[in-house]
Amino acid sequence: MFKRLREPDSEWVTIEIDGESRRVPKDETVAAAVLADRIGHCRTTPVSGAPRAPYCLMGVCFECLMEIDGIPNRQACMVPVAEGMVIRRQNGAGSVVGLQVGTEKDG
Amino acid sequence: MAEHFEFAVIGAGPAGLAAAALAAQTGVAAVVLDEQPTLGGQIYRSIEQSPLSDSNILGDDYRIGEGLVWAFRASGARHLGGTDVWMVGTDRGIGLASDGKARIVTADRILIAVGSQERAVPFPGWTLPGVMTAGAGQILLKSAAVVPSDGVVLAGTGPLLFLIAAQYVRAGVSLKAVLDMTPRANYVRAAPYLPAALTAGNYIGKGLSYMREIRKAGVAVTGAVRDLRAVGGERLEAVTYSAAGRRHRIDTGLLMVHFGVIPNTSLSRSIGIDHEWDARQVCWRPRTDEWGNTSVDGIAVAGDCAGIWGAQAAAHAGRLAALEAARALGRIDTAERDGQAAPDRAFLRRDRRVRPFLEVLYSPESCLDAELEDDVLVCRCEEITAGQVRQAAQLGCMGPNQVKAFLRAGMGPCQGRQCGDTVARLTARAGGKSMAEVGFLRPRPPIKPISIETLAKIEEAAAAMPDIEQA
Ligand code: FES
Repeated sequence: MFKRLREPDSEWVTIEIDGESRRVPKDETVAAAVLADRIGHCRTTPVSGAPRAPYCLMGVCFECLMEIDGIPNRQACMVPVAEGMVIRRQNGAGSVVGLQVGTEKDG
Repeated sequence: MAEHFEFAVIGAGPAGLAAAALAAQTGVAAVVLDEQPTLGGQIYRSIEQSPLSDSNILGDDYRIGEGLVWAFRASGARHLGGTDVWMVGTDRGIGLASDGKARIVTADRILIAVGSQERAVPFPGWTLPGVMTAGAGQILLKSAAVVPSDGVVLAGTGPLLFLIAAQYVRAGVSLKAVLDMTPRANYVRAAPYLPAALTAGNYIGKGLSYMREIRKAGVAVTGAVRDLRAVGGERLEAVTYSAAGRRHRIDTGLLMVHFGVIPNTSLSRSIGIDHEWDARQVCWRPRTDEWGNTSVDGIAVAGDCAGIWGAQAAAHAGRLAALEAARALGRIDTAERDGQAAPDRAFLRRDRRVRPFLEVLYSPESCLDAELEDDVLVCRCEEITAGQVRQAAQLGCMGPNQVKAFLRAGMGPCQGRQCGDTVARLTARAGGKSMAEVGFLRPRPPIKPISIETLAKIEEAAAAMPDIEQA
């Protein structure tokens, strides 16, 4: 689907996506790394289990929610990669802890 | 005591950078808060450290960002990058989070300069992996030098569609097709505004040169495309559409869509700032005076989050807001503010002459008016369909806030950033009302994801500071 125009160099870091180790440029976001490595989708939805991939890459759509270093529901398009980072696809609700605390009482 | 700033600018795009730099020059202690670690916003993303070895790919307009960043760096204004703003109160308390830690700061003046977002227009299959926005494609290009590897179909309407097509051509990306969904009638409607548009900056000339570049590269550009559909099981396999009275199909694993941009208003709406419906730009925007002041004392807006006028106008609007902040903070008097504002006002007067033409030519109305099939998802987060929203409207839901309570549309993680306007439109149409009448979703803080642990710590901190309005 996507490819990198840049060649691997010493500035790249090693991260783990769903148990597989990958070398990625250190200034990429997790979402860019996931797309460039042809991961396909980053989560499945809590309601129907449909696969979803990053849509906006600028923090508005929340389609890129992944588990990053053990914390679920992080916006992969907003988080830069870091050496040793462990990333997992988020299946279903994962743990919805922490999102939308403020909205439940609303409406 | 909470940390206190004189002038807190939210957003490090053209409006925010220009505002903070000018305010700092007048002696105001200015800070720019931004969720990205680097300066430039989305339009000048990665401007200080482009991953692209060929700087021609992005074009001249991108390089304008360099000057803004230099001026900002030289001004002495502070930059807090990688910092989410998850709340702003009417008393100008600001909730910040970075590295999993949250805190509340205060400011004498706040400028919201958070830019725009792409207009979300639902169509069948738009949630399939392999479908994304053209803006997303551009962000991958600018920030990571990541480009489509096996070709891409671009579809929709608006100047950005042709800009990214030209940038992809320069980057050697294979474009399977550009599907221009601008109806032919729009060219006729827009024609009367062309003479004025030609007296603004060189926008029309640039647009035409992108199109020449695309055509010269042999890319198939199809006009007056309708009824776009993304087809696939677990991911996108093909795009189908109508053109020249026939259905067509293109096999592709990647589709990028664009239907114009709208102000990013989730923060300004969450504060309770007054907004108005702009029928011409087909979006909500905060109601302001000529300095960007909003209905909430001490909080101003500038740049595309206040109405879509483009990146260059944003920088000038940011300067106007900075001059007003400097006046309010006692650094300059009214006469000085007005005098310094004159060149910015002159620029804006000239620059805005292009807008009526662009607004009419690239009006999203025809894409929005396409009768959405009942089973198309409108709310991507909670997976609510157009049919469910229509049914809720028939059962008496008068607007997006009631639909949200009834169906949860708009209650998911994006808080209606993607579905809000579509839900409003469907209810408006069902009830024979206007967009202004049905209103908009009011997001509640925290407007950015923040963990319960982090929030709990903040609530303790907030409880210890009774002057800060609690979320
Ligand atoms: S891709 Fe839209 S929020 Fe991350």
